[in-house]
Amino acid sequence: MEIIEILFTASFWAAAIRIASPLIFATLGELICERAGVLNLGIEGIMVAGAFAGWMAVYSGTGLWTGVCVAMVVGMLFGLLHSTLTVPFGLSQHVVGLGVTLLATSSTYYAYRLALPEVTSPPKIEAFQPFEIPILSDIPLLGPALFSQTPLTYLAFVLVGVVSMVLYRTPLGLAVRAAGENPAAVAAQGLSVTAIRMGAVMVGSGLMAVGGAFLTMSAFDSFFFEMVNGRGWICIALVVFGSWRPGKALLGAVLFAAFDALQIRVQQTSLGTLIPYQIFLMMPYILSIFALILMSRRAEVPAALMVPFNKGER
Amino acid sequence: MSDTAVEALSLNAITKRFGELTANDAVSLSVNVGEVVALLGENGAGKTTLMNILFGQYTADSGTVRVFGDTLPPGNSRAALDAGVGMVHQHFTLADNLTVQENITLGVQSLLNPSLGHAAAKARIAALSEKFHLAVAPDARVGTLSVGERQRVEILKALYRDVRILILDEPTAVLTPQETDNLFATLRLAIAEGLSIIFISHKLHEVMAIADRVVVLRHGKMAGAANTKDTDQNALAAMMMGSEASPPEVSPAKPGPPLLALRDVTTPDVGSVPGLKSVSLALKAGQIVGLAGVSGNGQTAMADVVAGLLNPTDGDVEMGHETVKKWSPRIAVESGIARIPEDRHKTGTIADFDLVENAILERYKSPDFSKGGWLNWRKSRAFADGIIEKYDVRCPGSSTPIRLLSGGNMQKLILGRVLEAGPQIILANQPVRGLDIGAVHYVHSQLLAARDRGAAVLLISEDLDEVMALSDVIHVIADGRLSPEFKRGEMTPAQLGLWMAGQGFESDTAHAS
Repeated sequence: MEIIEILFTASFWAAAIRIASPLIFATLGELICERAGVLNLGIEGIMVAGAFAGWMAVYSGTGLWTGVCVAMVVGMLFGLLHSTLTVPFGLSQHVVGLGVTLLATSSTYYAYRLALPEVTSPPKIEAFQPFEIPILSDIPLLGPALFSQTPLTYLAFVLVGVVSMVLYRTPLGLAVRAAGENPAAVAAQGLSVTAIRMGAVMVGSGLMAVGGAFLTMSAFDSFFFEMVNGRGWICIALVVFGSWRPGKALLGAVLFAAFDALQIRVQQTSLGTLIPYQIFLMMPYILSIFALILMSRRAEVPAALMVPFNKGER
Repeated sequence: MSDTAVEALSLNAITKRFGELTANDAVSLSVNVGEVVALLGENGAGKTTLMNILFGQYTADSGTVRVFGDTLPPGNSRAALDAGVGMVHQHFTLADNLTVQENITLGVQSLLNPSLGHAAAKARIAALSEKFHLAVAPDARVGTLSVGERQRVEILKALYRDVRILILDEPTAVLTPQETDNLFATLRLAIAEGLSIIFISHKLHEVMAIADRVVVLRHGKMAGAANTKDTDQNALAAMMMGSEASPPEVSPAKPGPPLLALRDVTTPDVGSVPGLKSVSLALKAGQIVGLAGVSGNGQTAMADVVAGLLNPTDGDVEMGHETVKKWSPRIAVESGIARIPEDRHKTGTIADFDLVENAILERYKSPDFSKGGWLNWRKSRAFADGIIEKYDVRCPGSSTPIRLLSGGNMQKLILGRVLEAGPQIILANQPVRGLDIGAVHYVHSQLLAARDRGAAVLLISEDLDEVMALSDVIHVIADGRLSPEFKRGEMTPAQLGLWMAGQGFESDTAHAS
């Protein structure tokens, strides 16, 4: 069986981890927003904006890490827009989210055309290079798969732990979770629900933008239209799949990425000549839907997700 | 209350309006250290609003709040907490999916603190639990706790912050008599520690039992104040109501033919709550049947069967003398069954709908309110305005969302909606829960009047006094089984209490079925 053989190649797992990385950033971002009670459908557009902003910054001469920070700041600004409309004004989170996606996507394309009016193919940058972690990268199979990635991938995995620690081990994380469960409880303890929710949406949006920047600065070295290609929507599903927990969301992201990496490879096997390649393209999505159905039955949705909170109303 | 008393808190001429409704009109109040002041008033009198202003959840239109001599900035809960004011809300402000400890420690530390200090917090909660007799499991999820336990968590939340002034909003409304006694014991311990307490209630005997001083609100204004040792329940009731309150007279019943009967009805258990076990019951015209029992013994199943929400797995529902083949809420409503649901917020009303929409909610299809699939708003509005007028529903107008009404006024609208349809059968499930005396007497007198014009009434209540006062015939429900029928005055409360505890069924199984 060729498929079994594929599963035991380091290059397959390396690809899976690489494909998972942007999903991890953005899923963590969405998870933070939703844990605070705000559904952020601006994710797709914010990833586009982050992809462009980070790449453009590096193209204009900044360092790679500065580029990541620029992407983060751009994401946070869109998060500020989103949360201003949804938190203090309490507007529909669906409508605002889709609006932010449309605005972020189209204004990014506009900015691209303004910045590079003449070019036919987008210029390349010197992207993040794989960094082999000494000793660990020599482990057979695991080493090349896990420990020969770019620094941004390592950052994604570290962030899963950091977000998990903050959410469950700090007063700040407790306040964020409580804001998503019962904002009245937060207000009754003298905290500002508005500040907590806006802060969570801004940080979350910043992470989404870094997820987008991963595409132009680590996975590829250039910016294309349509390159985010629905990854944001996948992350919304991954948050549900992960039951709003960072660890499980990481698992979901890697699983989805593994399906994706697998289908590309299966296309090149003997099966690929028999079956139209579109079937393989569908595979990760179909499997995700099934996994989602199985997992989300037990999911514990934050009780106040999408419920606006207005102090002093009864 | 001696001359040397230290003032802990004072509210000065607080005024607050919601739209056209003046909830508080120049209300002043002060509390001394170590003193319990009861805030007494009917529903909608403005008690909760006043406390929410004190706690910074609402901003007053005018007036000031002073705590230990310092004026609190308006609309700032944090400042109130920092000044030592804690509040136990009537509708608990707890997050169900978080643990007890997480709820208690939320927001106590700086949000920039890198650690939750789990162990230290747990030790402190254990110490406070011990000291104030508030038993809780710190790692339990709040969603799994009983109402009484949740209230203990709310109180611990305040004590954890070292509050000096504790506000309790209708704390006993959700408690059993036993739990109320425990709460009072806790409060006495708190007073001994030098705390000051504001106790909001409309239950006169509780106010007399726990408070040093009583302040009475009526229609948002101060109606009077008294020291409990210088007054009595009648005087307080008069202050609260504006006139002497007395329960409605009960005339002898003239029972007619059975209108609705359950024959050997069985329903499935729901989790740990039992369903009905082969229950037979007849609701006769002109008679009130009372269903007594401890909460969670099958009352909900009984109510759901009568309301058409639940079809028996075994046994029959009979209307008149015919067995009903298909049973649904719509058929029940069309057959003349009117329902006062147990939870007026969840199943009785739709919070964001206005009074007109809520008034026609059950009967919008009736020709009274619609024709050819189009609603007749003019008639609907007239109907709602009629209820508001006749049942004294206090509200700014019929186009107000019903969530802005107090519980008592909401219940009056539901009562009007039920009674104005001229129902044959009335299902009254906990009809006076959370209401003040005035509203209680009013609801009771309306149910008696409906009985006297020939309606069959099923009264389900956890309050044995209410069941005994109103019912012509009493059944006790325990673990899904129904006791035989007891006539008015046949049983003492103690005897009924034994049936409620499940005794009697064993010695009398033949009779009970």
